[in-house]
Amino acid sequence: MAIEILMPALSPTMTEGKIARWLKKEGDTVNNGDVLAEIETDKATMEVEAIEDGIFGRILVPEGTEGVAVNTPIAIMVEEGEAVPDSAAPPATSAAPAPAPAQAGAVAPASAPVAPAAALQASRPANRIVASPLARRIAAAKNVDLSTLKGTGPNGRIVKRDVEAAAAQPAAAPKPGQQANAPLPTGASRTVPHTTMRKVIARRLSESKATIPHFYVSMDVELDALMALRSQLNALSHDEGQDAFKLSVNDMLIKAAALALKQVPEVNASFTEDAMILHEDADISVAVSLDDGLITPIVRAADRKSLKQISQEAKSLVSRARAGKLKPEEFQGGTFSISNMGMFGVKEFAAIVTPPQAAILAIAAGKRQPVVSGDEIKVATVMTVTLSVDHRAVDGAMAAKWLSAFRNIVQAPLALVL
Amino acid sequence: MSQTDFDVIVIGGGPGGYVAALRAAQLKLSVAVVEAQHLGGICLNWGCIPTKALLRASEINHLLHDLPAYGFKADGVSFDFKKIVARSRAVSKQLSAGVAHLLKKAKVPVFDGHGKLDGTLANGRRKVLVSKDGAAPTTLTAQHVILATGARARVLPGLEPDGQFIWSYKEALVPETMPKSLVVIGSGAIGTEFASFYRNMGADVTLVEVAERILPVEDVEISQLARKAFEKQGIRVLTSAKIGTLQKTATGVSIPVTVNGKADTLVAERVISAVGIVGNVEKIGLEGTKIQVDRTHVVTDALCRTGEPGVYAIGDLAGAPWLAHKASHEAVMCVEAIAGRKVHPIDPTKIPGCTYCRPQIASVGYTEAKALEAGYKVRVGRFPLIANGKALAMGEPDGLIKTVFDAQTGELLGAHMIGAEVTEMIQGYVIARTGELTEAELAETIFPHPTISESMHEAVLAAYDGALHF
Repeated sequence: MAIEILMPALSPTMTEGKIARWLKKEGDTVNNGDVLAEIETDKATMEVEAIEDGIFGRILVPEGTEGVAVNTPIAIMVEEGEAVPDSAAPPATSAAPAPAPAQAGAVAPASAPVAPAAALQASRPANRIVASPLARRIAAAKNVDLSTLKGTGPNGRIVKRDVEAAAAQPAAAPKPGQQANAPLPTGASRTVPHTTMRKVIARRLSESKATIPHFYVSMDVELDALMALRSQLNALSHDEGQDAFKLSVNDMLIKAAALALKQVPEVNASFTEDAMILHEDADISVAVSLDDGLITPIVRAADRKSLKQISQEAKSLVSRARAGKLKPEEFQGGTFSISNMGMFGVKEFAAIVTPPQAAILAIAAGKRQPVVSGDEIKVATVMTVTLSVDHRAVDGAMAAKWLSAFRNIVQAPLALVL
Repeated sequence: MSQTDFDVIVIGGGPGGYVAALRAAQLKLSVAVVEAQHLGGICLNWGCIPTKALLRASEINHLLHDLPAYGFKADGVSFDFKKIVARSRAVSKQLSAGVAHLLKKAKVPVFDGHGKLDGTLANGRRKVLVSKDGAAPTTLTAQHVILATGARARVLPGLEPDGQFIWSYKEALVPETMPKSLVVIGSGAIGTEFASFYRNMGADVTLVEVAERILPVEDVEISQLARKAFEKQGIRVLTSAKIGTLQKTATGVSIPVTVNGKADTLVAERVISAVGIVGNVEKIGLEGTKIQVDRTHVVTDALCRTGEPGVYAIGDLAGAPWLAHKASHEAVMCVEAIAGRKVHPIDPTKIPGCTYCRPQIASVGYTEAKALEAGYKVRVGRFPLIANGKALAMGEPDGLIKTVFDAQTGELLGAHMIGAEVTEMIQGYVIARTGELTEAELAETIFPHPTISESMHEAVLAAYDGALHF
């Protein structure tokens, strides 16, 4: 029997993705476990594996197609000798979610009728916009993007009232990319289509800057003691083998940040409308630049890990991030971020908070410079770090307290090896 | 001992109440109906259905007196009025028994008696007292109570039904003899239908309306055409009428009326008072609760909830429009919400209204005047049935289909029809309006030929590029 291969949800938040590459051709024999395709999601490239043997029958969604909704049929597998159906046979897939069963017997509280069978909506391919003809026409006239609306009609159909409600919203938050007033420069240019990652960066950071009241606190931190410790520790490493390690300054700063978060846990927080969420673990998101964007793999519970563990983990995360092979849980859900641009000689900079985190630490280059110590001038390696903070979650004094804690750890770094 | 505790108790077994019970049973809620009189309510027993049976008879009488137009000849055509009335009653009885059967099949117990809310709660559950013939009331309990007690004829002072000369709809449905002359006061759906029935059976009928036109809720053009058609049939129509004090005589009534300053006295064997209805809000335990009553109707929100949590009101009791299909739809919505389903509040501009006089009248949504009043720029289409082949072939050329579109969006704001079979056709426009189709989809729809419904298509085209056949 022909089996539809559906666009998989590779992370809990994934709603659509791009078919980066098909690795099988139509007519190829497929064995269970073979990689069929690479899917590019908002932050990573992942592989789709075959879950049974068969013949790769037909590609329904060509390579390079973007915005393919989760659960959309993307290819058809058939059995040896079986004809490939012209289109996907609806009942052939076992993966498609079934419509929600009738909520028989459920009696809602008397006061408020409760809401919808969400699963019913999920059973529809997410890329098909179900809207009444009238809703479509009004949307076109009033420039309302139907794909951004949630329908309130039967089975989530977008109806007139939904479009009118959307059109009545003040255009306070223009969607990213909708800067109608700013004409593009008129000189020669070329148009590069956005990658999924670029779209996500644009959306998330616009949201962050638009909704989070940022403030910034900077501090100079001397690195000499930390670098001396690093040399001593690295000298302990075996030259090669499983136990070999080479600590970077960044590895040590990850741990320093994690320890500072334990000392000032108010910064290890998320602001929500109802309450402040204080996180137990210090899960440090580390910004890694890529050719076409950036990604923030997470060193989980960095406060409880040894420098060696952190170093090995970070190394693995970075290399897999650059290869686009991170799993969603490896880059989603950190509690605090570090962005280090020291290697570029940056004097100082401020980063944008990534919600739902409350703060991000921007680390600039360490530079040998004169510092006043007591009444003497000496030379030290100094870097400027800047903490960007969500003011809803953390106030200025708390941010300063955290930075002091961080500086103290870095300047007296033995705490890192305790 | 039979069950006394339910998820839902419905008080009233009319088209609101019994439908609520059936839907609740479908959704696996335990449910009971309390009915004091007869299942099916006014609709089945004293309203929609028996009047349709009578109107069918009067339609046949009309045709029998129009036989030469179709090439027939018959002498001595006559009718037995008692049999016509008896047939109407039989139809009601059959349907009422049908409702009883449906409830039985759905295993919904029906409590015979007068249901009344008891303000106190029993373990957080609503109490309903059912009493019958003065016996000690039975107490039922439920988490939810749906009030569906309906409405009755409004009684104006001086026009109290006396069972002899002054009738409400009830007496008008079961007359002993055919009156030779009749005055109908009130030209809404009820008054108009009785005027049509009795006129087509041969009575002299005068239709009296206080407002400036008959069928005041319909589009003004439809009102005018209806009046013209009635007058052609020999119904005397008085509008903007001031009615004086009715006097009873030995053989009937005399009613002084003044129209445009001109005084007149209407003399007739019978008078039908059809001046609206009032909700049955009394003796159902609303006193002392948070349930509000406004001008004889229970105040509800869009989901039929009253001021008391767990108590709902649907149908005529909950206010206009007083239509069985509105009651049934509210019943389904209300029960589905109770069952935790997502529901959509009823938009009154999507409820069709039908009047079964001859010619029939049907409409949905905004009249042209109401649309303009609401601030719409409109496009109006009209198509007369005289240009429709099927209507001509049927010998029913009188009528008009009128559409009102929003000029800006193409939304079908309203549709208004007068003519043969329009009550069977209005649903097409109701679907279009509910499904939010625009003129484009309607224009693209292929209507079958030859049907009167082609006029519906033409009336859409007429609002835009022009009708093809007119």
